[in-house]
Amino acid sequence: MTDARDPSAYSGNDPVVTAASGSLAATEPVLLNTKARSQWWDVWDQFRSHKGALIGAAFFLLIVALVVLGPYLWPLDATKTDVRSRNQGMSLAHPFGTDQLGRDIFARMIEGGRVSLAVGMAAMLLSLVLGTLIGVLAGYFRRLDGLLMRFTDLFLALPLLPLLLVMVLLFREPLTAVFGVEVGIFILIVSAIGITSWMQTARIVRGDVLALKEREFVLAARSIGTPPRRIITRHILPNVMSPIMVSATLGIATAIITESALSFLGLGFPPDFPTWGRLLNDGVPYLQQYPERVFWPGLAISLVVLSINYVGDGLRDALDPRIRGR
Amino acid sequence: MLTFTIRRLLFAIPTLLFIALAIFLLLELAPGDPMANVPLTVPDEVKEQMRRALGLNEPAPIRFLLWIRQFFWIEPLNVFDHLFGTTFAEGELRIISWQNRAPVFIAIAERIPQTLWVVGTAYVVAIAIAIPVGIYSAYKQYSVFDQAGTFVTMVGFSVPPFFSGVLVIVIFAVQLQWFPSIYDTRHVVTDWDSFVIQVRQMFLPVMVLALQITSQLSRFMRASMLDNLNQDYVRTARAKGLRERAVVLVHVLRNSMIPVVTVIALGIPSIFGGAIITEQVFKVNGIGQLLITAIQANDLPMVQTLTFIFAVLIVVFNLIADVLYGILDPRIRYD
Repeated sequence: MTDARDPSAYSGNDPVVTAASGSLAATEPVLLNTKARSQWWDVWDQFRSHKGALIGAAFFLLIVALVVLGPYLWPLDATKTDVRSRNQGMSLAHPFGTDQLGRDIFARMIEGGRVSLAVGMAAMLLSLVLGTLIGVLAGYFRRLDGLLMRFTDLFLALPLLPLLLVMVLLFREPLTAVFGVEVGIFILIVSAIGITSWMQTARIVRGDVLALKEREFVLAARSIGTPPRRIITRHILPNVMSPIMVSATLGIATAIITESALSFLGLGFPPDFPTWGRLLNDGVPYLQQYPERVFWPGLAISLVVLSINYVGDGLRDALDPRIRGR
Repeated sequence: MLTFTIRRLLFAIPTLLFIALAIFLLLELAPGDPMANVPLTVPDEVKEQMRRALGLNEPAPIRFLLWIRQFFWIEPLNVFDHLFGTTFAEGELRIISWQNRAPVFIAIAERIPQTLWVVGTAYVVAIAIAIPVGIYSAYKQYSVFDQAGTFVTMVGFSVPPFFSGVLVIVIFAVQLQWFPSIYDTRHVVTDWDSFVIQVRQMFLPVMVLALQITSQLSRFMRASMLDNLNQDYVRTARAKGLRERAVVLVHVLRNSMIPVVTVIALGIPSIFGGAIITEQVFKVNGIGQLLITAIQANDLPMVQTLTFIFAVLIVVFNLIADVLYGILDPRIRYD
């Protein structure tokens, strides 16, 4: 993304600057050494010192790997019914047991995790793109600021969960008619979550852009005639990466929870299409006899969200230069 | 301050109108037809009459204005009539639910007490827990208590209510059988024993909601206390020999409460939204559940009105939070 040439790296008491200005000719190798370290190495060092974040990141990557590679490693099919071995408890053949139709719950968890994580990431990307676009436009172009921020305030005043439910209800049939059931509902849920969750990102990005716009390097870029589009992509965007990354992690977490909540209320994916929220919902009627059927998907959602929240916490500390190196 | 309040109030009106329009237009796109369930044997003229009675023949802008008039004028008039026994709203058409052909606001009035009881208690409980926890974990930053508190709030953030709710049902209602798993709305409190039953059936939903609210509030309280604990006035207070208790619980706490109070005000409407899931889990028939059933039954006037009530709550509490901030913090000058 950004490198050592980036203007923000030369601010204040940055080690690169002190080393370079201290003895330019005498310690050439030292200078090269420090120069090869971009600011992302400092971020990584700080991030590494946050134990919770490190464990969270490791756990999240493990789950992602399991979910992506799972269908190739685990032989059982998530949709294959086997009535003779239904409602089984935990065993070697079925580590999480089987459901009322004899489907392997472990396979369904893997399949559900793929959908849940895909929805989370896609919705996060959409809301980031929307939020960054609106935030940068509002922060950089003064004429758009008032209008776009009023628009953001309006969105913040909307009751989001009820509106999400209404949106899913209204557009479910038209979209499934065009794209088919699975793709249609995927598009619907991703865009519904994305459209209703960009506001915080937009506000944070706008605040940062407003401050950055007044800095000397932007003035310098403007004075040599750089067009606004170039200034934004070259100078502004790399410098607002850190708040965007923090909201990205939190965005995945809320998107996963929202998707599961929709599925739980029966307004998400169709019943035979496993996601973690859907599996939890399917398990509720069997709560008394087989509580573990609710337990596994709920635990998966909670642990993934918890690990992402820890990663976000660590990232926020790591990307804040005031905390770094403490 | 007064001009600021008036300006905000005036700005709230176009905001609300715009939100109303957005909700109306969104529902306007709905494919559902309220007459879809009418049997085919009903003749067309009768169907036409029913359609007219529901106000479906008017063009969309007229229906929007009619709904706005009903929401802001006729329904408050009805409340007034109900309170003082007058008949101002006689003969005016109210917002009618398509589900049960009764005025929407009567259904809402039936449901609101349950929501207020459960959600309100949860909010009070959460505040009562979150503020001391936040104070103590900020005062002993990085202590064992603080670390444990941070972990619990992280868990409270991350565990969605549809899982924590189901989990406490399994543990406390199914396994231990301490509390009922389903909220009985018809239960009336008359004496001590029925009061105990009421408390027991409220315990689980309140606990689930309170865990969520507590984790948000206590983090906020802790951050706010930490901001203030390093300020110069705290050193001054200690230097002039005030006892530690007075420094923390009077000087620091009062200043730290300013942002927390506004966060509490801001959170109230979002709790109504969050309670949708908790109400569904524990079968509390409050407004959240009313909304879900209305959505499933394609009852557009009900959905429209309820969503708009949520929006009104958000706008009103935003306003209250802004004004409160200005009143509590004299450093803030809006005008």
